[in-house]
Parts: sequence; C-alpha cells; structure tokens
Amino acid sequence: MAREQHDYDDIPGTFVFDQERSRQGFGINMFCMSLMKDENRKAFKANEAEYLKKFNLTPEQTEAVLKRDYNRMLELGGNIYFTAKLGATDGHSFQHLAAVMTGSTQEGYAKMMLGGGRPVEGNRSKTGKGKPAKAGKAAKPRAKARSKSRSKRG
Amino acid sequence: MARIIAGVTSSHVPAIGAAIDNHRTEEPYWKRVFSGFEKSKEWMAKTKPDVCIVVYNDHASAFSVEMVPTFALGCAAEFPPADEGWGPRPVPVVKGHPQLAAHIAQSVILDEFDLTVVNKMEVDHGLTVPMNLLFGSPNEWPCRVIPLAVNVVLYPPPTGHRCFMLGKAIRKAVQSYPEDLRVVVMGTGGMSHQISGPRAGLINSKFDKAFLDNLSKDPKKLMRMPHVEYMREAGAEGIEMVMWLVMRGALDDKVDEVYRFYTVPASNTAVGHIILENRVRGAKAAGKRRPTAGKLKRAAARAKTTIIRGQR
Repeated sequence: MAREQHDYDDIPGTFVFDQERSRQGFGINMFCMSLMKDENRKAFKANEAEYLKKFNLTPEQTEAVLKRDYNRMLELGGNIYFTAKLGATDGHSFQHLAAVMTGSTQEGYAKMMLGGGRPVEGNRSKTGKGKPAKAGKAAKPRAKARSKSRSKRG
Repeated sequence: MARIIAGVTSSHVPAIGAAIDNHRTEEPYWKRVFSGFEKSKEWMAKTKPDVCIVVYNDHASAFSVEMVPTFALGCAAEFPPADEGWGPRPVPVVKGHPQLAAHIAQSVILDEFDLTVVNKMEVDHGLTVPMNLLFGSPNEWPCRVIPLAVNVVLYPPPTGHRCFMLGKAIRKAVQSYPEDLRVVVMGTGGMSHQISGPRAGLINSKFDKAFLDNLSKDPKKLMRMPHVEYMREAGAEGIEMVMWLVMRGALDDKVDEVYRFYTVPASNTAVGHIILENRVRGAKAAGKRRPTAGKLKRAAARAKTTIIRGQR
C-alpha cells in the first residue's frame, strides 16, 4: 500500500517520524536501542548481518543499515535519535552523520552551521505551496540552497 | 499555599552538556553560548525556587519505541542521569518532590489530562542540560525537580493548545497545594533546528525571534500554530518548542520578561532562552486601586496610554 500523504510530506529533505513510519521501523529502532549495551555493540561489530537477523528487518531495511544509508533508514521508519546510536557505535560524532545525510563534508557542514545554518528560504516546500507564516508570500527558492537540501528520493 | 513565581525556557542541546562534561566551556565557541546564561544563573540564585517543574523530552533513553507516553509526570523521589551511550553524565542525581507530583497528578487527571505517572525513570540531557545552564555544576542541585516528559519524537506530539492548557491545569494544581512552596516552571528544547535528513542544519532566526516575542506578550497566537508550521519553519525537530507552551500556560496571562538570550549555533541548533516572571500581586499597584472595567473603558476612550498604565 502506498504511503498516505500528509501536509508535512511537502517539506523537502525531511522524513517525519510519524505513526506509520514508527510501525514500519520498529525493528530498526529496537536494533539501534540494543546498541546501548557494550556486549551488543561487540556482537553487532563481529557479524553485522547475523546480528540484524534478531530484529525482523525487511531486506531494504537490512541493506540500509549495512550500507549506513542514514536517509534511507529514516525513510524506512528509523528515527534520528535511534539511528544516532548506530553512528556512535561506529565511533562517529553526530556532526559526521549530519554531513552524511546532507551530502556534505563534516567540515562543510560545520562551516554552514557557523555561518548561521541552512536558510529556510528555498527549503520550505517541494511544491511551492508552503508559505512563510507571516511574510504573506513565499520567498523565491534560492537555487544554491535548494540543491543542498534536495533528497535523492524526494 | 504553593505558587508559580516564574517560567524559564532553554534549549537542551546535548553538545552543551558534552562541553561542560569535557571542560570546554572556556573555548570561544562555547563561551559565546555559556556567557548568555551568566545572568540567568544569578537570577536563579536570587530567586531560589523550592521546586522546578521541568518540561522536557526524552531522547530514546528512558522511553524507547516500546512505550511512548504523550505526557509522563515523574513522581519518584529521585531520577538518576541516564546512560546515553557514553556513560551517565557526571551530574547530581535529580531529587524529586513526590508529594507535590502526586498532588499534581491527582489534580490534572481529574481536569481531564490523562497523564502517565512514572515512578521509576532516568533522565537524559533533555533535562540535565537546562539544569546546568540555570544552576551551573553544583555537587547537589539546589532545588527539587518534577520532570514532565512530553513526547515530541513520535509524530504527532500534543498540540500547542493542549500543552498550554496542561500548563494551566498544572498551575491550578500547584496553587491548591497547601505547603508554602515557590515553584519555577521550565520549558526546554528548541529553538529552530533539524538534525535529520537532507535538510539537516536548518535554522530560522526570524521565526525564533517572533516565537520569543509572542511567548512573552501574546502566547495565544502560538497556541493554534499547526505542527506543520513548526516543522516547515523551524525544522523537523524544532517542533520541540510546543513544550514551551506548557510553561507559558502555567504563568499569568501578563508577565514581565526579565531576560532573553539568543545565539546561533550550538552544534546543530539555535539556542533560545527567556525568563518570564509572574507579577507580584499588589506590589507595583500598592496604594493604587485597580480601576474597574467601566473606568478602564472610559480611560481607554481618553488615551490608550492610560489603560496600559492602569493595568500594571
């Protein structure tokens, strides 16, 4: 069954962790939660594919975890606070994950944040329907900002 | 009688906690963040609340996806810091106020807020980082704490209106508690940030500043803001700001903004912080009688400034 569409699905580069994704991603999130224990981290690192079998993931979810495709994990029901535990198990900082998800380098991402972050102009809406709340009219999308945020699948 | 004297909001960025724990607060990047809370610590030391009700969210620490309570009130005697994967933060155990918490639960559930009562819970950076920002790093926290965990991780979180009304119910509960306690309510999280997906790193200072303005002066404007607007304008995780409305609902309609601080960034997040005080009844108007509604109307017809002064 195709995913039911919601108003927030119009936000670019964003996978809202809603009830449907939560249902779908229960296994991914429980797997990530298991990594809070050192013995589980060791077992996972020793044989990743074997360890994942305990969590009833779909083949797509398993592939996303093994490939560390963080955006795909979110799309298939993973939640960022959970998947961040996988990143930590790999020894990565959160900013590393953010850089991976945004298709940037960690240095480039850190620089963007120091410069005031990703602008909302041009990043509000996929369809152009999302308008700023108070300004009255939607800002023109800035090509540069948009290319940064565009999802590979969105 | 217990009463709510003030409300405080603060971001709860985990990296702020890491900077404290790893003694990096003097680095220029972090000094910019911490310096904004110096006055707040002074204010807190002077205000000396007996109890803080801290509205925060858990980040896959106490609650996994196995159970997701929308509102969970911490009624235990103490709440140890959670191990978030790097060992528990080296902060004091949070001491609860089980009697007041039980009284609040009893009162707000009968006021139709179906709280989850939690008698055993660990608290993560969502609660402990704002404690550090407001109280520094003492050996013991100087006041009792009642944690109120709000689900903002699994969509949909409670609406802003619901949060505001819960704040009102909490205020009513506190005011009917017989012991003389001074209570501060803290709303944590925010401000604009997105940490997930290709749009991660989003910051919207214009939205944040308008939110702070409205929180202070016109919170009813914020009550009806739909979730999609938070997420679109302030980032997917910026929706945490609904928790600030619990704090605001617990205060008087008119409050004094005594301090505000805003900076970008701390890690992936815009940091926002505000202190709002309930006006002390009769203090400023001592010796002056409050004009009646009829007098106010007549005064308003003469000059708008009169009505503003009259209300203070």
